[in-house]
Amino acid sequence: MTLATGTAPDPLLEVRGLHMHFPITEGIVTRRQIGEVKAVDGIDLTIGRGETLGLVGESGCGKTTTGRCILRLETPTAGEIRFDGVDIAKLGRKQLVALRRRIQVIFQDPYSSLNPRMKVGTIIAEPMMVHGVEPDPRRRNDRVRELLSLCGLNPNFADRYPHEMSGGQRQRVGIARALALNPEFIVCDEAVSALDVSIQAQIINLLEDLRDQFNLTYLFIAHDLSVVRHLCQRVAVMYLGRVVELAQCDELFDNPLHPYTQALLAAVPVPDPTVEAGRLFRPLSGEVPSPINPPSGCVFHPRCPLAIPRCGEVRPELRELRPGHWVACDVVSGAAVI
Amino acid sequence: MPLLEVRNLHTEFRTGAGLVRAVDGISYTVEAGEIVAIVGESGSGKSVGALSVMRLIPNPPGRVTQGEILFGGRDLLKLSEEEMRNVRGSEIGMVFQEPMTSLNPVLTIGRQITETIEQHRGADPAAAQRRAIELLGLVGIADPERRLKQYPHQLSGGMRQRIMIAIAIACDPKLIIADEPTTALDVTIQAQILELMQELTRRLGVALIIITHNLGVVARYASRVNVMYAGRIVESGNAATIYHGPRHPYTMALLRSVPRLDRPRQARLDPIEGSPPDLTRLGQGCSFAPRCRFAVDRCLEAKPPLAPAGAPGQLAACFRSDELAEAGRAA
Repeated sequence: MTLATGTAPDPLLEVRGLHMHFPITEGIVTRRQIGEVKAVDGIDLTIGRGETLGLVGESGCGKTTTGRCILRLETPTAGEIRFDGVDIAKLGRKQLVALRRRIQVIFQDPYSSLNPRMKVGTIIAEPMMVHGVEPDPRRRNDRVRELLSLCGLNPNFADRYPHEMSGGQRQRVGIARALALNPEFIVCDEAVSALDVSIQAQIINLLEDLRDQFNLTYLFIAHDLSVVRHLCQRVAVMYLGRVVELAQCDELFDNPLHPYTQALLAAVPVPDPTVEAGRLFRPLSGEVPSPINPPSGCVFHPRCPLAIPRCGEVRPELRELRPGHWVACDVVSGAAVI
Repeated sequence: MPLLEVRNLHTEFRTGAGLVRAVDGISYTVEAGEIVAIVGESGSGKSVGALSVMRLIPNPPGRVTQGEILFGGRDLLKLSEEEMRNVRGSEIGMVFQEPMTSLNPVLTIGRQITETIEQHRGADPAAAQRRAIELLGLVGIADPERRLKQYPHQLSGGMRQRIMIAIAIACDPKLIIADEPTTALDVTIQAQILELMQELTRRLGVALIIITHNLGVVARYASRVNVMYAGRIVESGNAATIYHGPRHPYTMALLRSVPRLDRPRQARLDPIEGSPPDLTRLGQGCSFAPRCRFAVDRCLEAKPPLAPAGAPGQLAACFRSDELAEAGRAA
């Protein structure tokens, strides 16, 4: 096992050898397992207290499943998830209750993650009621109003329904709900992806302000590289269930070493026609293979411009090619930074 | 004469909440073979504008109330339904955002492509089949004979979008309208599809209207841009001109609010405060005024017309665009 922990002197979360394989079954009367989807296939991550770690990759790479395992919405098939020193990967339902107060989530779609039949105030108060925090209704109500204004909403919005609000306002409600229990750690799963450009920047700023104010630790799962670069201190790039590159944010974006990260960065058009006109660009060919039957060796080798025969045989482990810069590729070297 | 000229187009929807002026007097042109972008956020009217060109607005509740859509010298709004059907799919192709919902799930890929060719070109089945195979090759799908026998659900999202493009170009259209063609796709697949569309427009000399919210996509592919806000075009012109010297506060703010990979990390983003307006309650003033940091009394009283500003060919709908450009240079 590699120790691709990067730099996290005071780790709040340590993930070791995480596997999440979903069974594929056949038959109605007698169910037989005929295969498995290797959604997460052995990843290691560490997140320091107060740090924001970005998790990027395309659909199906396992970034959301990783987040759901950390939230213990899934029970991983193998591996450890140490939160503040305690392995939460195998905790039972009852033991998880205390944990859920400390780990919260903000979802992508503010339209489907809020109950349309509940008033905003009830939505935000619900976690407090479930966990028996602020049992006094008046104090709970005050807390709801405080949370709303913290998230940049008028406290009177407590009496509204989600459908009366815009997408950006709804996402603020989702954030207020996540904050209700004073968590230490928040998984942001594509938290700004569904928002319009002009609203996205508002929510990103809000997430940053809250992080500073409450010393929050974020796992920021996203596919938008420019947002991740803006918000995160370290970034892990996933491909087909594995972490292929992990480094400090600026290091990763300035010196991407893994061919997949390079292709991903090249694929993002920047909002400047002059820069774009001068960019040499060849899109990555092919598509992401199925995680049911991933390629042998390096999972990226069928699409990789640098692949050599060995890549199809040996699975590359993460290696520290530059200080704090881990790359799962046996072909590139740390010196090959142009 | 431009290939397409949209003049003062108005499209309205009657809803329970009131009358929505989704498109409120837009005018733009597309020259043969060029790539024009229409940029805007949700509710800006960019998609309704395109659907109006194709006369695909469901009526009721929608209706094109005013304007002209001149395509090859004919006003599409005056054509009969029959004549319009011949324009659609034959002279103007369309690519939508969600290939899964725009393809018929119970027909094979092959049937959906050949149907278009047989309908519009009167080709016999064998000829249509040959053309379909040729088209799949054009859009970069390997093993076309096998793919033609498959159903949409057997293909990936990127592959389905290639099929949509194949259908759009099947009858050699002069114009393709692509409405958020890559929004549902992953970054690397998005790049493949956009490169393909660009290459095809070059090779076949087809003009392309690309409707998107992605400022990067516009910068990479479009030669001219129309920026929409609340049903109107607020700025238009050459892409490079607009990106380097925007003259409308909305365009300026939009470009400033996105985090960018090509610049050093900023300490903080500069968002546009507030939210887009409720289209049922638009006032008499500039729709952007409530969110505009440069708004003055005059902006609340009347809607500024789209007028020449800045570089040749650049238009902006702002009373203060010259003033702001001066201030920008001074700062």
